[in-house]
Amino acid sequence: MDPFVRLDGRAVPLDVANIDTDQLIPKQFLKTVEREGLGKGLLFDFRFDEAGNPKPDFILNKPEYKGSSVLIAGDNFGCGSSREHAPWALMDYGFKAIIAPSYADIFYNNCFSNGLLPVVLPEAQVRELMAEALGGNHVFTVDLAEQVVVSPSGKTFSFEIDPTRKEKLIKGLDAIGETLQRASDIDRFEQRMAVAEPWLEKAS
Amino acid sequence: MAGKTLYDKIWDAHVVAQDGGEAVLYIDLHLIHEVTSPQAFAGLRAHNRKVRRPDRTLAVADHNIPTQGQAKGVDAVADDESRLQLQTLARNVKDAGIEFFPMGDVRNGIVHVVGPEQGRTQPGMTIVCGDSHTSTHGAFGALAHGIGTSEVEHVLATQTLRQQKAKNFRVLIEGKPRPGVGAKDYALAVIGAIGTAGGTGYCIEYAGDAIRDLSMEGRMTLCNLTIEGGARAGLVAPDQTTFDYLLGKPAAPKGAAWEMAVNYWKSFFTDDDAVFDREIRIDAAALVPQVTWGTSPEDVVGIDGVVPDPAAFDDPEKKAQVQRALDYMGLTAGQKIADARIDRVFIGSCTNSRIEDLRAAAAVAQQALDEGKKVASHVSAMVVPGSGLVKAQAELEGLDDVFIAAGFDWREPGCSMCLAMNPDRLEPGQRCASTSNRNFEGRQGRGGRTHLMSPALAVASAIAGHITDRF
Ligand code: SF4
Repeated sequence: MDPFVRLDGRAVPLDVANIDTDQLIPKQFLKTVEREGLGKGLLFDFRFDEAGNPKPDFILNKPEYKGSSVLIAGDNFGCGSSREHAPWALMDYGFKAIIAPSYADIFYNNCFSNGLLPVVLPEAQVRELMAEALGGNHVFTVDLAEQVVVSPSGKTFSFEIDPTRKEKLIKGLDAIGETLQRASDIDRFEQRMAVAEPWLEKAS
Repeated sequence: MAGKTLYDKIWDAHVVAQDGGEAVLYIDLHLIHEVTSPQAFAGLRAHNRKVRRPDRTLAVADHNIPTQGQAKGVDAVADDESRLQLQTLARNVKDAGIEFFPMGDVRNGIVHVVGPEQGRTQPGMTIVCGDSHTSTHGAFGALAHGIGTSEVEHVLATQTLRQQKAKNFRVLIEGKPRPGVGAKDYALAVIGAIGTAGGTGYCIEYAGDAIRDLSMEGRMTLCNLTIEGGARAGLVAPDQTTFDYLLGKPAAPKGAAWEMAVNYWKSFFTDDDAVFDREIRIDAAALVPQVTWGTSPEDVVGIDGVVPDPAAFDDPEKKAQVQRALDYMGLTAGQKIADARIDRVFIGSCTNSRIEDLRAAAAVAQQALDEGKKVASHVSAMVVPGSGLVKAQAELEGLDDVFIAAGFDWREPGCSMCLAMNPDRLEPGQRCASTSNRNFEGRQGRGGRTHLMSPALAVASAIAGHITDRF
């Protein structure tokens, strides 16, 4: 996982609440056995019409937002299905950070597994950022180390984040490698459990 | 010190270690399926890691399998990508030594139907699966929730998950429901009351006499829909109903071990003096059958209700949201929900595809037949059992004959039109009465319009040709 420390990038506002993971990456793209290449399906029904042609009015398709790396979104972002294909698609498309008033729990977790930073800011501040992103200058700074978002006009917005999660993103830690260092704790737990709940042990 | 909740007790019993704000939580049962596991196995291989406890893992093929012609085997699945995904799962579980019910095996079916039916799901357990409706298993008093694929890989490699503890939320449902009102209506009413994000950050425990009166199937329906209210996990404390359901199931403990297990399971309940961070009450007696009108499971009305008017909302964002939903759903503000004419009916999904659901649906279909009625001529209706065993049981009871005589299509098990990854899907603009769990835009097919409801309502609607609780 790539570390995330600070990002200067273009931001695109998507002013819709409750964007669910079915919308972020529709089912026809879930048949893959790979993590890569999902960007083509990101927000598919928003971006393309039924004939598969890009919808010019949709904000992600506008030339001034090409190459955006920050997505500013509405409340309860990423609700619904647990599919990690959603953060994979966002990242494959080029997003590295999201800013929203709230996220669904599973999606939020999945972001951290992939080095995608989900910033939480109060609704009013997200609205302010969206308004700025609609203006002429779209370049924002998202600084995880300092826990701030800086808008093009230079306004600074501080955000909270769990320190354990922050550290993992900054260091790009491999969660499995870290847990495997706990192998002796897991062994001991399993030994205790084999006594307390013997019916769960398969007779070998 | 205040007592512990059921959630606290299960949590405490599974903490292997604490790393700052994160607990390393032991996972008792890991369910996997073809769609969210291939990248996890690929990740293990890339790091030369092994599956730690194949015996604590169970695999099924459910999300993208066709619901016709399963006996022809995976190699006959027409869609190239689906076939590759199914073959990949078969190879991965074989290499790792994981128990697997392949497509066509009578024990195969939707992962959340299979776990309980096999007795693999037990009280006091921690259960995860790369699927958000893993909350279903909470019906047994097991802490069960959906995870992403990176976490699937983490569980495969370590049999643990790094977790932050959620807050406690109790939903009390009390009173005697009127006939025709049940678990699906409770669930939709709860989501309608708290909103789709109302449970975010919480684990919900359902309690109250109306919950005690529910069958295991009903509790599974309720816990299944917990995720639609934003909470990853829902719980019902185990009781005699739970134990009676499990007794004799293939993987349930036997003999002396059964007694020992029941004693252990009985320790999983919320102490009288436990404190919840949030609590709501629902009066079961006041509920009418519930149905969704919009594109979020919180967009709920009673069957006697009308579609809301965006003008009635003060919040401009909510106003816009309601308008967007009405446009998508092709409904008019103020119209009776029962006037909505339907094109399709889907009875199935991990929410409502168990034997009890099919019995309830068949009872309504039988009533229609007795009155000389059938599925309306403009409606295409299908019944998809949750597993091969549910299908076999239904056929033993003759339910399939009732459905077929009434004009329903009787299919083979799988997720089917719940998420429409297989060939079962809505065409743009089609309106569907569905017993599934998500009415999101495009969920059942691009442009498809889904109304969530109970199996009994779905059958009544199929017969009447429009949304209704009677025909
Ligand atoms: S039936 Fe639907 S909700 Fe349930 S596991 Fe399958 S796709 Fe998910």
